[in-house]
Amino acid sequence: MHKFILKRLGMMLPVLVGVMFVIFTLTYITPGDPVMMILGDQAAQEDIVNLRAELGLDQPFLVQFGMFVANTMQFNFGTSFTTGRPVLEEIGFRFPTTMQLAAMSVVISVLIGIPLGILSAVKQYTIFDNGATIIGLLGVSIPNFWLGMMLIILFSVNLGWFPTTGFETPMHWVLPSFTIGISSAAIIMRMTRSSMLEVIRQDYIRTARAKGQKESKIIVSHALKNALIPVITVVGLQFGLLLGGAILTETIYAIPGLGRFMVESIQRRDYPIIQGGVLLLALVFSFVNLLVDILYAFVDPRIRSQYK
Amino acid sequence: MPENTAQASNEALLDIQDLSIHYITEDGTVRAVNNLNLSLKRGETIGLVGETGAGKTTTALGIMRLVPDPPGKIVGGRINFAGEDLTQKSDAAMRNVRGKRISMIFQDPMTSLNPVIPVRDQIAEVILLHEKVSAAEALAKAEEMLLKVGIRSERAREYPHQFSGGMRQRVVIAIALACNPELLISDEPTTALDVTIQAQVLELMKNLKREFNTSMIMITHDLGIVADICDKVAIMYAGSVVEIGDKYDLFRNPKHPYTIGLFNSLPDIEKDEDSLKPIKGFMPDPMDLPSGCPFHPRCDVAKPICMQAAPSEYVNVSENHRVKCLLFSDTTGGE
Ligand SMILES: Nc1ncnc2c1ncn2[C@@H]1O[C@H](COP(=O)(O)OP(=O)(O)OP(=O)(O)O)[C@@H](O)[C@H]1O
Ligand SMILES: [Mg+2]
Repeated sequence: MHKFILKRLGMMLPVLVGVMFVIFTLTYITPGDPVMMILGDQAAQEDIVNLRAELGLDQPFLVQFGMFVANTMQFNFGTSFTTGRPVLEEIGFRFPTTMQLAAMSVVISVLIGIPLGILSAVKQYTIFDNGATIIGLLGVSIPNFWLGMMLIILFSVNLGWFPTTGFETPMHWVLPSFTIGISSAAIIMRMTRSSMLEVIRQDYIRTARAKGQKESKIIVSHALKNALIPVITVVGLQFGLLLGGAILTETIYAIPGLGRFMVESIQRRDYPIIQGGVLLLALVFSFVNLLVDILYAFVDPRIRSQYK
Repeated sequence: MPENTAQASNEALLDIQDLSIHYITEDGTVRAVNNLNLSLKRGETIGLVGETGAGKTTTALGIMRLVPDPPGKIVGGRINFAGEDLTQKSDAAMRNVRGKRISMIFQDPMTSLNPVIPVRDQIAEVILLHEKVSAAEALAKAEEMLLKVGIRSERAREYPHQFSGGMRQRVVIAIALACNPELLISDEPTTALDVTIQAQVLELMKNLKREFNTSMIMITHDLGIVADICDKVAIMYAGSVVEIGDKYDLFRNPKHPYTIGLFNSLPDIEKDEDSLKPIKGFMPDPMDLPSGCPFHPRCDVAKPICMQAAPSEYVNVSENHRVKCLLFSDTTGGE
């Protein structure tokens, strides 16, 4: 197991270099000149040339990329074009907010999705199951930004239960987390349901019944552990989507997180921030994937023995 | 206990009367078991023989009250077990019977164990359910059961995927016998195993059956297995038992044309292989059983009456041998 984790950590390196290449190329070919953004339209030609050289933007593509990789390897992400403060600092104090939002959304989607999925499977084709299916379909198809605005109108403006914007108190956390979590909850619910239906048809469930075991206990101690294996993958993938969802939702709810900051930085062509931010998100996503694989082994002994 | 075993051994432990089980599906009703009669005394082993689709597994699941519902339903009959009708029992009462008084070994050992639970815990589960023991005692007893089926304690904590098919079936046997049931139903316990392993598992079952004095229903389509370990045989066709009797009586003197056909279709090394005469045609579709006797379209000696009326009564061939066939009902006693 330790060997497996080390191996997986090692494999993250080429992945991150790949991410660096893509993100660097994308910022390189994006129209818009950061120097013009910094200095404004009226800047003198000389100033422009000087700043270009200072930022290294006059170098050929490969040299720029090489410098970027070399700097990154030394944890030197540069300074923001706009504020002049180190990228790590700028990202560092916004990142926890976004992580918190994503984590809360995952928790919400798991807490809603898994129990409803189990109930749907156990009560297949009943009113409950059909109702859950319809709500689930709605949950998947409603776009986040629309749902976010509807929740604000209903719960903040009309009912006044929650504040509309900001992220200071736990009351502020509720609506954004639900906004992001609900579509994932729907996906996790569908996945849990189908996985559970598959499992409760298996012979070993019949064996458990033949032992005289109670149906509720069979669901919890025999079916669930098997049914959760594919669900774990989906939750891991959802986490990536939730990070993406955070970007939109932070904008709607005016949350001072990494997502909103990234959107602003893209508008300002603040390359170092964009590159550092995307890299960090990619790193987080890789870690979540590793966590998923470890969880797999924890749940499924067949996978555990492959890892040795 | 000893004084009433003598008395109990005379009365039937299991007495199934006119059991019918249907699967009600969108395409129609599958009449899987039709007016099935079967009885078994304590300590006896009966072989339940019939071709695929005859309703053997359905009968076994019916006794356990584990027919999947929907689509399956017990639509009639009684299953008397130790004097009580199982069809009338509540689900909670049935849970006290399953695994404790009646156990079942299923057809496929590769899929009947839970892949994410160590084998020892899967045995301990049934012990904990039915005996007043602590978790630690249940685990210890589970290891003891594993030893009985020939699996060393070092392997008790391993998972099913770490065992071969034969070993898994041993684990399944250990689960089935852990609470010393009065009746063990084995649904083709060895068909999924290769021949040498088959012999080992059968030998093990024979010994354990003797040790625990368990009655057993051995479902198989292998008459060799019947000859090897059963006391009685019931021949099943289209959901009912067409002939039942003491193994020796029935093997020496088969009466029902289907039984005779079964024996004739067995290859006999001593005879010329040209004498092999398989029964013509196929088992009827249980969704669409023929009128009259369900066997008449395949029967060489069917009489006109066989197309209209189904035999309902058993005719005694001898004291321990009965047949359900119209050929014998007018001339009682057969011949
Ligand atoms: N869940 C089900 N739904 C519908 N029909 C079923 C179901 N289970 C079994 N049947 C049908 O019931 C009939 C009897 O099946 P059963 O499994 O009892 O036969 P069997 O004698 O055990 O056969 P085999 O030797 O192949 O195991 C078959 O025609 C089968 O197709
Ligand atoms: Mg079967």
